[in-house]
Amino acid sequence: MEIKALGCEPLSLRRVFIKDGHTLDVYRKDGGYKSLKKAMTMTQDAIIQEVKDSALRGRGGAGFPTGMKWSFVPRDNPKPKYIVCNADESEPGSFKDRYLMEYDPHALIEGMLIAGFALGSNTGYIYGRGEYRYLLDIMDVAIKEAREAGILGEKVLGNKDFSFDLHTHTGAGAYICGEETALLSSLEGFRGHPRMKPPFPAIEGLYASPTIVNNVETLTSIPQIIEMGGIKWRDLGTEKSGGTKLWSISGHVKKPGVYELPMGYADMEKFIMKDCGGMLRKDKDLKAVIPGGSSVYIMNAGQIIGQNVTLDYEGLVAAGSMLGTGGMMVMDETVDIMESTKNLTEFYKHESCGWCTPCREGTDWLVKIFNRISTGEGRPEDAQLLLDICDNMEGKSFCPLADAAAWPIQSAIRQFPGDFKKWLFDNVSSNGVKPNVQ
Amino acid sequence: MKAHVAKYPADRSRSALIPLLFVVQRERGGWLDNPGVNFLAKFLDLEVTDVWETATFYSMFNLRPIGRHHIQICKTLSCKIMGEPDITDHICSKLGIKPGETTDDGKFTVTMVECLGSCGTAPMMQIGFDYYEDLTLEKVDKILSDCK
Repeated sequence: MEIKALGCEPLSLRRVFIKDGHTLDVYRKDGGYKSLKKAMTMTQDAIIQEVKDSALRGRGGAGFPTGMKWSFVPRDNPKPKYIVCNADESEPGSFKDRYLMEYDPHALIEGMLIAGFALGSNTGYIYGRGEYRYLLDIMDVAIKEAREAGILGEKVLGNKDFSFDLHTHTGAGAYICGEETALLSSLEGFRGHPRMKPPFPAIEGLYASPTIVNNVETLTSIPQIIEMGGIKWRDLGTEKSGGTKLWSISGHVKKPGVYELPMGYADMEKFIMKDCGGMLRKDKDLKAVIPGGSSVYIMNAGQIIGQNVTLDYEGLVAAGSMLGTGGMMVMDETVDIMESTKNLTEFYKHESCGWCTPCREGTDWLVKIFNRISTGEGRPEDAQLLLDICDNMEGKSFCPLADAAAWPIQSAIRQFPGDFKKWLFDNVSSNGVKPNVQ
Repeated sequence: MKAHVAKYPADRSRSALIPLLFVVQRERGGWLDNPGVNFLAKFLDLEVTDVWETATFYSMFNLRPIGRHHIQICKTLSCKIMGEPDITDHICSKLGIKPGETTDDGKFTVTMVECLGSCGTAPMMQIGFDYYEDLTLEKVDKILSDCK
């Protein structure tokens, strides 16, 4: 697996290439915690303004502007305020946050400290998915180092007006807890059910107190922004999509891995076919790409080859999909898109928390129909039936999981009608494989 | 156990429930039995039903006995297209069990799980808390023979 930066100096990935970059000593020698010192000489408003200027958008998938999110926190509210790091990386296709926590845990701590200072918070939690136990162990070691060095705890770096402590918290296997309000329910010890918004977590989040929930990559970008200045950081990318972005790329490419690219990188075809080494098997053509984690629209090769798709929020929307988490899954012509969509639908059925009826029942029905199709019992009207169920789910639940389940199906039927027709009319896959009926 | 509770505000000890369920699960031999859950409810001053309510939501809590080595094979898209079905068939035929089952000697349980965030190193599996990535049939043989 490759880890590298293209078209820019490694910024988020910087410490990957420095020996022992995860230790406090090396991190400090490399300029670590200087941004925190700088931030502590600034006003809270000035820090938030830098983050706004940077055009940083949440790297967890939704892409909400981080500076704007921070500005929603009512700083005169007397309740304690919380900074929560969303390290519940569970989006199929996404595996970037793992490497940030493994190689650069102090950058995350520093980002959370700066957020804490800017928003008047004294406590932070890192909510990691249960399967990432080894990463939470790495974070615990780094937190201990920072505490012993006077960076975390009472009087941060000797500043008598600012105390901030940080704890890790483990999830236990639930994709839904990557949704920020479900994450907060889970952090409070309950089932991971999403909550009604508003009130948004910035007003009423953890323990009904003002809370900011940010993704790992978002928070590790904060020290970079403070160090360089918001505008300069933004200009690494484009005006609307600031900075650099980590892409996780997997599937049928020669060099899968985590790549750091400046926003606006041109173009998607070059990235897949050249930078990532092209197709895994030379004699197989590119068939489909899911560019931003499983929850975004699937693209066919025609939407990518020769289309000059730029890799940023706007470029992928223009190309008919979304950036999401930047978890890119590449499929060659051996993949049947009915089957790949069935696989993802099974994922959403398993991960639906069951709170909202359209999502709980809808994902179950979708899987039942896919099962029928894949065992050769499909009916010509099934494609329309799938779309009708998607219609009844999209936008009709508390959180976006129902949308995330509907979009792959809608786009798969739209972009790969042939794969579905084969199954529905001839009861074979696009590769001519007969269903395995048992 | 008290160190876990100390991470949260004094009146919010329920927040420690999930971390402590892992502790109980480990201490009770890999699954949540009634004595373990009853003990935890008392420790956190919760109703037993509160503890079960949370515990039954999360896929990492085992509600029945489990093998000493819990093999969790990722079945989501990137692993699927990179060879997961062959890995699963190989493991299952070698151990003589189907996904969801435990070997008679109680050594291995095989479970199919959803994405574990290792798509770039697919196919992969997790045994206990350890990740095994870029799997091949030979690698799997070695990993299984190293399980004591």
